[in-house]
Amino acid sequence: MREGLDQWTFVLIAYAVGVLGTLALVGWSWLAMRAAERRREETRRK
Amino acid sequence: MHGFANPARFLRIARWLTVPLLVGGLLLAGGALAYSLFFAPPEQLQGETARILPLHVATAWLGMAGWTTIAIASLVELVWRHPLAGVAARAAAVPGATFAAICLATGSIWGRPTWGTWWVWDGRLTSMLILLFLYLGYIALAQAIHREGGSSRIPAIFGLVGAINIPIIHYSTIWWNSLHQPPSITTGGSAMSPEFLVPLLVATFGFSLLFGGVVLARMRALLAEIQAEARLRRRALDVSEAAA
Repeated sequence: MREGLDQWTFVLIAYAVGVLGTLALVGWSWLAMRAAERRREETRRK
Repeated sequence: MHGFANPARFLRIARWLTVPLLVGGLLLAGGALAYSLFFAPPEQLQGETARILPLHVATAWLGMAGWTTIAIASLVELVWRHPLAGVAARAAAVPGATFAAICLATGSIWGRPTWGTWWVWDGRLTSMLILLFLYLGYIALAQAIHREGGSSRIPAIFGLVGAINIPIIHYSTIWWNSLHQPPSITTGGSAMSPEFLVPLLVATFGFSLLFGGVVLARMRALLAEIQAEARLRRRALDVSEAAA
């Protein structure tokens, strides 16, 4: 028996996983970089 | 190559490149994915699920490119003792692992309506899963070495040995029977029509720029941490010498 799967549901889930995963990676790397560079400046000033 | 061994010179270039790479990558990858999602026609055999392929192929490429970066940086670290090579290898591990995980997830989501199953233990899928485990092992090992102060040559050797898996992934669909299709794009040309090929290539280029921007951002973070730690250690040493 053939399943009646809605292909668009799979497409949207795949895009959600891919786009959110990529944005989380970019955002996290950017914030970690800013925080590490701020810490370095603080140690320079002390 | 040794011109970039100076962290100050490298940081000047990295500061200039990070934002353009990230913004350019987001625009190109976002544009190609938006075209695939909203404007590309359904594919004759796969239907709507073909819209997943630019995302899946781009992240598969970067999953493998990430480990290739680790292997090359590890070789440079072991042979030439380049001071930034180990930092570059560590910086490439998390984005490589992320893209390998997205590739596996999107491939599995594509496979359910197309193949009728989420997963099969064939050569391509299994070797890609092994790549993800190699990434996780490398990240844990590099962090432990950094924290406990062991030799940075150990993760470098791990990075080189793990590179054996890259040609296995690439040739798996040729060497073994597989549900996974063989390469559609080769040096001899492409089996895809332009309306699918162009967004796939643009998405791959855009994600590659993003990967470069993320690696530079992570290298800047690692270098800033190393410099801050070195400064604090020097200061603690000065204080203890003054007390003595």
